[in-house]
Amino acid sequence: MAAGRAPSAAGAAKPPRAGRMLPNPIPLLLGLVWFVIAFYPVYYMFITSLRTQAGFLGGSLWLPPQNPTLENYAGVIEDGIGLYFLNSAFVTVISVALIVAVSFLAAYAIARIRGRVAQATFRVFLLGLAIPLQAAIIPIYVLIVRIGLYDTLYGLIPPQVAFGIPLTVLILVNFIRDIPNELYDSMVLDGSGHLRMMWNLVLPLSRPAIITVVIYNALQVWNNFLFPLILTQSSNIRTLPLALQQFQGQYGVNVPGLMAAVFLSVLPVMMLYLVARRQLLGGLTAGFGK
Amino acid sequence: MSSGRSSGWATSSVLLLPAVAFFVAFALGPMAAAVYISFLDWDGVSAPRWIGLGNWVRTFTDSVTLHSLFLTVQVMVLSWLIQTPISLLLGVFLAGYQRYRALLGAFYFLPLLFSAVAIGLIWSSSMLSAEGALNTFLRAVGLDFMAQDWLGDPDLALYAVVAVIAWQFIPFHTLLYQAGARQIPQVLYEAARIDGAGKVQQFFYITLPQLKYTVVTSTVLILTGSLTYFDVIYVMTGGGPGFATRVLPLHMYITAFQNAEIGYGSAIAVILAVAGIALSLFLLRVTGFGRMESQAEGL
Repeated sequence: MAAGRAPSAAGAAKPPRAGRMLPNPIPLLLGLVWFVIAFYPVYYMFITSLRTQAGFLGGSLWLPPQNPTLENYAGVIEDGIGLYFLNSAFVTVISVALIVAVSFLAAYAIARIRGRVAQATFRVFLLGLAIPLQAAIIPIYVLIVRIGLYDTLYGLIPPQVAFGIPLTVLILVNFIRDIPNELYDSMVLDGSGHLRMMWNLVLPLSRPAIITVVIYNALQVWNNFLFPLILTQSSNIRTLPLALQQFQGQYGVNVPGLMAAVFLSVLPVMMLYLVARRQLLGGLTAGFGK
Repeated sequence: MSSGRSSGWATSSVLLLPAVAFFVAFALGPMAAAVYISFLDWDGVSAPRWIGLGNWVRTFTDSVTLHSLFLTVQVMVLSWLIQTPISLLLGVFLAGYQRYRALLGAFYFLPLLFSAVAIGLIWSSSMLSAEGALNTFLRAVGLDFMAQDWLGDPDLALYAVVAVIAWQFIPFHTLLYQAGARQIPQVLYEAARIDGAGKVQQFFYITLPQLKYTVVTSTVLILTGSLTYFDVIYVMTGGGPGFATRVLPLHMYITAFQNAEIGYGSAIAVILAVAGIALSLFLLRVTGFGRMESQAEGL
């Protein structure tokens, strides 16, 4: 959000501080300390994943191994991480599509049609922001078992959708509300109904907000651990976070192998971060910032 | 559909229905059901038996549950004490537009992307284990006596876990503070400079008071968030050693899903929810959400 306006805001805000050639040493120093704290574990995870199992303990704290090996990655792929990727991708794509679709319809009703029903619903959704996932997990488990979706990938989707809706609706409502009334009025004059209004006006204009909620929800679903932990059991329908946790027991002291699995699991998100850092960070705080 | 205002009620109901259906069936309904189940003696398989307040009496007398409750409060307080000052300083630091700060920021935010499981594994297997990076480092610089079994020692495990959770969440709160700090009008700082205020004074007399609302938002998110820390602890210690890190959500999980005490687990879950909602209502009152809702009414 804020980062997006950096260039223009910098121009306006930059005070004429003369003679400030070098960065102030104290913040710079503290900034570097935190850089080490924040980044070192990630770096160490990566260099460890390139070590041989035998060479793991003797390895340097700072340098990658002299003869990096990809055998850990080969091992993790052999152990079926590809399947877990596909499982995670499947659940993520369907859940996010559903969350955004149903939330968009609801947000349109709340922001444009209004009325008592819509406002009451909105208030219930806002209350839903406060429900911790863990508090509802026991009945969700009972329900998923009863409707026969236990231990299936499909069983993970409905609860993901339900818990994604509140914040998504909130973000979309805030955005749709800001669309100028004149635009709606001109479409009403053209005789457009709600459907055409949604499709031809609101949807295209809401693109930035929709990108935000897609990214936010995709990250939430991709990284979710509790639902697969409780709602699945078979090894072939694990999603990535659950698979990682199971690798922990399976790999035991094979830390390089485990770190290779961790690295592969975070790779897609890190790649997304490289190309869309601004949207990603904006999406994460969209509901809370300002 | 195109008949305008008169069909508003029907149309909006149709549009709201899918979202409401998902939300009620898989979030709100289960939440209400948890309250009901908390009055049952049930293992999840055999027929449930109504026992009234049985689970609730047990909740407030069971020493393990009380211990978990105490741990959760401890985690809450420690998390706030660690995360707030660091996030605030980092956020103010990153609010500066110097290029090197933007570059550092890109690295600071990395942990935000990782699943809690990945974070837990990185720390428990490679950083904090007996032969992990931290102990290796301490030995290398001659501080052998400080090398510890961080996750295996009941006196240390909770602090280790809280530190990792801080590592996980500080980036998020840093983002909040960065956004907040960037909205502070520059004129305030210019005026302060003219009055001869130094950097430290500017921080305490301008930055900190101006970030008041961000502090409140971040505080409530940390407090409500503390109720839900589960994944990282589950992966790192599983609640142990002994009961040393068995916070409330973990206790709920173990009770309901490992000990098959669904009813008793639900009572613990309800406590979690009530605490979360109470704290969040506070959030509604003091931050933007509340204002936004009243705007909606005015429309």
